[in-house]
Amino acid sequence: MIPHVLNFILFLPLIGAVAVLLARRSDNAVRWTGLVFSLITFVISLALYFEYDPANPAMQFVEKVSWIPSLNVSYHIGLDGISMLLVVLTTFLTPIVLISSWKSIEKQIPAYIALMLVLETAMIGVFASLDTFLFYVFWELILIPMYFIIGIWGGKERIYATVKFFIFTMVGSLLMLIAIIWLGYYASTLPGGVFTTDITQLFDIAPTIPLDIQAWMFGAFALSFLIKVPAFPLHTWLPDAHVQAPTGGSVILAGVLLKMGTYGLIRFNLQLFPQSTLEYASLLSVLGVVGIIYGALVSMVQKDVKKLVAYSSVSHMGFILLGIFGVTVQGLQGGLIQMLNHGLSTGALFLIVGMLYDRRHTRMIEEFGGLARQIPVFSTFFMIVTLSSIGLPGLNGFVGEFLILIGSFQSAVLGSIWYVVFASTGVVFAAVYMLWMFQRVVFGVSRNPENAKLVDLSAREIGLLLPIVLFIVWIGVYPSTFLSKSEPTVQRVVEKIEQVQRGDVFTTSVSPLK
Amino acid sequence: MNQLLTDTLHTAPITGTIVLALVVIMINALKKDSLRMEYWVSLIGIAANIALAVWAFPLRGSAFAGTVMTGGFASLTAAIFLVAAGLTIILARDYIAKIGVNFGEVFHLILMAAVGMMTFAAGTDLVVTFVGLELMSVCLYVLAGISRRVLKANEASLKYFLLGAFATGFFLYGIALIYGMTGTTNILAIAQNIAAYKSEPLFLVGAGLLFVGFAFKVGAVPFHMWVPDVYEGSPTIVSAFMSTGAKAAAFSALLLVFTATFDFSHSSMNTVFAVLAVASMIVGNVVAIAQTNVKRMLAYSSIAHAGYMLIGITAGGDVSLAGVLFYLIAYVFTNLGAFGVTSIIENAEQQGTDLENFRGLYYRRPLLAVLMGVFMFSLVGIPPLAGFFGKYYIFMAAIESGYTWLTIVGVITSMISVYYYLRVVVLMFFQTAEEGEAPKVTASGTFALLVSAAGILLVGLFPSIVLGWMGGLF
Repeated sequence: MIPHVLNFILFLPLIGAVAVLLARRSDNAVRWTGLVFSLITFVISLALYFEYDPANPAMQFVEKVSWIPSLNVSYHIGLDGISMLLVVLTTFLTPIVLISSWKSIEKQIPAYIALMLVLETAMIGVFASLDTFLFYVFWELILIPMYFIIGIWGGKERIYATVKFFIFTMVGSLLMLIAIIWLGYYASTLPGGVFTTDITQLFDIAPTIPLDIQAWMFGAFALSFLIKVPAFPLHTWLPDAHVQAPTGGSVILAGVLLKMGTYGLIRFNLQLFPQSTLEYASLLSVLGVVGIIYGALVSMVQKDVKKLVAYSSVSHMGFILLGIFGVTVQGLQGGLIQMLNHGLSTGALFLIVGMLYDRRHTRMIEEFGGLARQIPVFSTFFMIVTLSSIGLPGLNGFVGEFLILIGSFQSAVLGSIWYVVFASTGVVFAAVYMLWMFQRVVFGVSRNPENAKLVDLSAREIGLLLPIVLFIVWIGVYPSTFLSKSEPTVQRVVEKIEQVQRGDVFTTSVSPLK
Repeated sequence: MNQLLTDTLHTAPITGTIVLALVVIMINALKKDSLRMEYWVSLIGIAANIALAVWAFPLRGSAFAGTVMTGGFASLTAAIFLVAAGLTIILARDYIAKIGVNFGEVFHLILMAAVGMMTFAAGTDLVVTFVGLELMSVCLYVLAGISRRVLKANEASLKYFLLGAFATGFFLYGIALIYGMTGTTNILAIAQNIAAYKSEPLFLVGAGLLFVGFAFKVGAVPFHMWVPDVYEGSPTIVSAFMSTGAKAAAFSALLLVFTATFDFSHSSMNTVFAVLAVASMIVGNVVAIAQTNVKRMLAYSSIAHAGYMLIGITAGGDVSLAGVLFYLIAYVFTNLGAFGVTSIIENAEQQGTDLENFRGLYYRRPLLAVLMGVFMFSLVGIPPLAGFFGKYYIFMAAIESGYTWLTIVGVITSMISVYYYLRVVVLMFFQTAEEGEAPKVTASGTFALLVSAAGILLVGLFPSIVLGWMGGLF
């Protein structure tokens, strides 16, 4: 076991960012430096997967150093089965993103790579933080690199998109900040309590909050996370940001940033406020179902492939929301695996759209057609990823959606089959909009003579799609590799809520309000 | 005699800076072309005085017959003003040459203003507080109009003087009423019977007028009218010093009188503070959106930040005191930096501080743009920059005192502020450069900005350094 392994993983990208800025000798030196750092980070992070012990209920790889003693804030990081998988997803996608930007980013290369690496540190930090203060620091830190990535390297409407992204996220997170402070303050009002931001302590403290205040806390956290997910009707920033972002930015945005929202819902809303979770589960599930259908319907009418993929994200993330708020082991497991799936499939779709755009400088569906004959390798990858996104059995999407639907079906919290009935239509719609788009782009006859000049994928492009496709198949065929790691954690989350549902074990504490 | 010596020694940063200021003006009078020498003497002297402030920190007590505090709070605030003065002088060196007012008096006036600030914040007798306030203000009136051929600067100076005099009137009248009620001007003596005075209308009116005087100086709504015009019209480094040093001094004195000494918690005074806080946050942040001039935008932003600090004053108590002081430290670094960048962008005619002049700055002067970005993000309150922790601490103090609604107003107005701070970043980074000359960057200016940015990062990442001092203030 590598000592302090999580520290390395968290800070290596940051060191890499500094190294990139110092290595300004040539563009290639800069690219290689960034890539090497992100690859080393990924390799080390594999240790997390292999050494994570699902049988151990405590947080693992824990690091704790006092940071601001007077406020009881500490640098406290550690992983459970859920966050471990998401950290590995992050370290897996970052090198792929850096390789994908090898040719397509032409200006300000050192800045781009450095920002990507800072972003990686911040994303890992969000998943690994066990202190609300630290969590908030990383959560907000995400904004700055992403803001610049969209703003500097984005498309024509990049400024509108990036400012919208920033303001939407800020609105949610500032309210969350009040909730974070209030939680710490609440802990100090308990007998013998002190101000604390330690999440593991708050897990025990927060469920004793009087229900009316708990609802506000739940709302403040949920708003912030739902904006990030994004759940209908808070999703409007997403299509803008996705479409305007450079390919690498879109991949990270879809692959990891959206997961921070759903991760936050599990980590904070479910684990801190079990009573409110029970109360609002059906409302949030409805939002999920609406998102599934709305996202799918809007995707259907898109003319721009990238926009279509962006709206399909809204639909997919709706599934995850439904899985989480069914509060069953299957549903949550499905939600988690769907987070990974969405990161892989949608990430790959954005990469593929980016490759198309690099070649033709357009993403309009009507411009293409007949690509199967012209660039067969590209079309093959495109097909696998499309099918994975639809949820074809044998590929990853099926596993996630199936588990989510089963989970919601059995859910005692939701207690109605209508959620599943409506959500299932999303699966059908997904087949419609994805296949229809695929058919118009890849099959048929070319509608533009420009397409005849298209060249097939280079070795670099194949190299960055192959690992993703490998995992798409792996999860589809044998998801236990991943699910077995997270199952005990998920079980504990669900048990805690079921405990509350049965016997109100947490509400007996004294009233803390002065 | 012995007592006098001890008192002089224990109030070292104040007395030391007086000596320094006198030395600088003597050099100016006796030696030709002495600007360079005055500059270095000022800087070395300031460094020495900061060291003296650190040395005096444990000497908590009072001096000169209980009229001035020593050590603790006085030392910490003195160090803040001296840092502000030092950075201002470094920025001023090339700036005053650029705009053609390269007189040694500028350094002298900055130093004397710093003496005023220190006295203002350390005075435990309202008369001493008042003397400090006036010394600071008079120096700043002159500095505001130092480029005497520029019409805007004259206007700023006159406006500042007239409204400042007006505020002084309130302040003095407040002191008079308090004296009439209590028979003393020593705030520590008053504090002993504050419970009885608190219900006396005459005392409340006196304290209220005193507060109006403070509110003028911190630029809180509705006493903020002078702020935009004065910050815009004054030479930029003077605006920088006013918005950091003078504001910090006014807040420090306000903290000393209203938070540390007079206990107004759960009284009608608190409602007054809260109303001003809300009004300042809303007016400052909303009106800033409409500005096209960066100096004017920063002026409204400073009104808004006064509102955030007033949340801390409203909440009261030790946590708030520490919170506001922390906020001040963060704000001094941040705003000096922001005005500093603006002073470098500015041209010799004291124009070119519009938002438009920041367009594409990253592609002409990358370092300058990155630094300005840091200052803007710190003003927004993005972690891990100092501005974030300042807000966190003040919000925490307010929630602990039961003012959760004030923090909600605070975060909602912060969301509004995101828009105009980001606009600067958008222009600098996301818009391409226009034709024209890149602003001239000098080593000393860059140094001052780097120090500010380093301060923001250091204080933001390791707030316990600063919080460690807060335990031993009184």
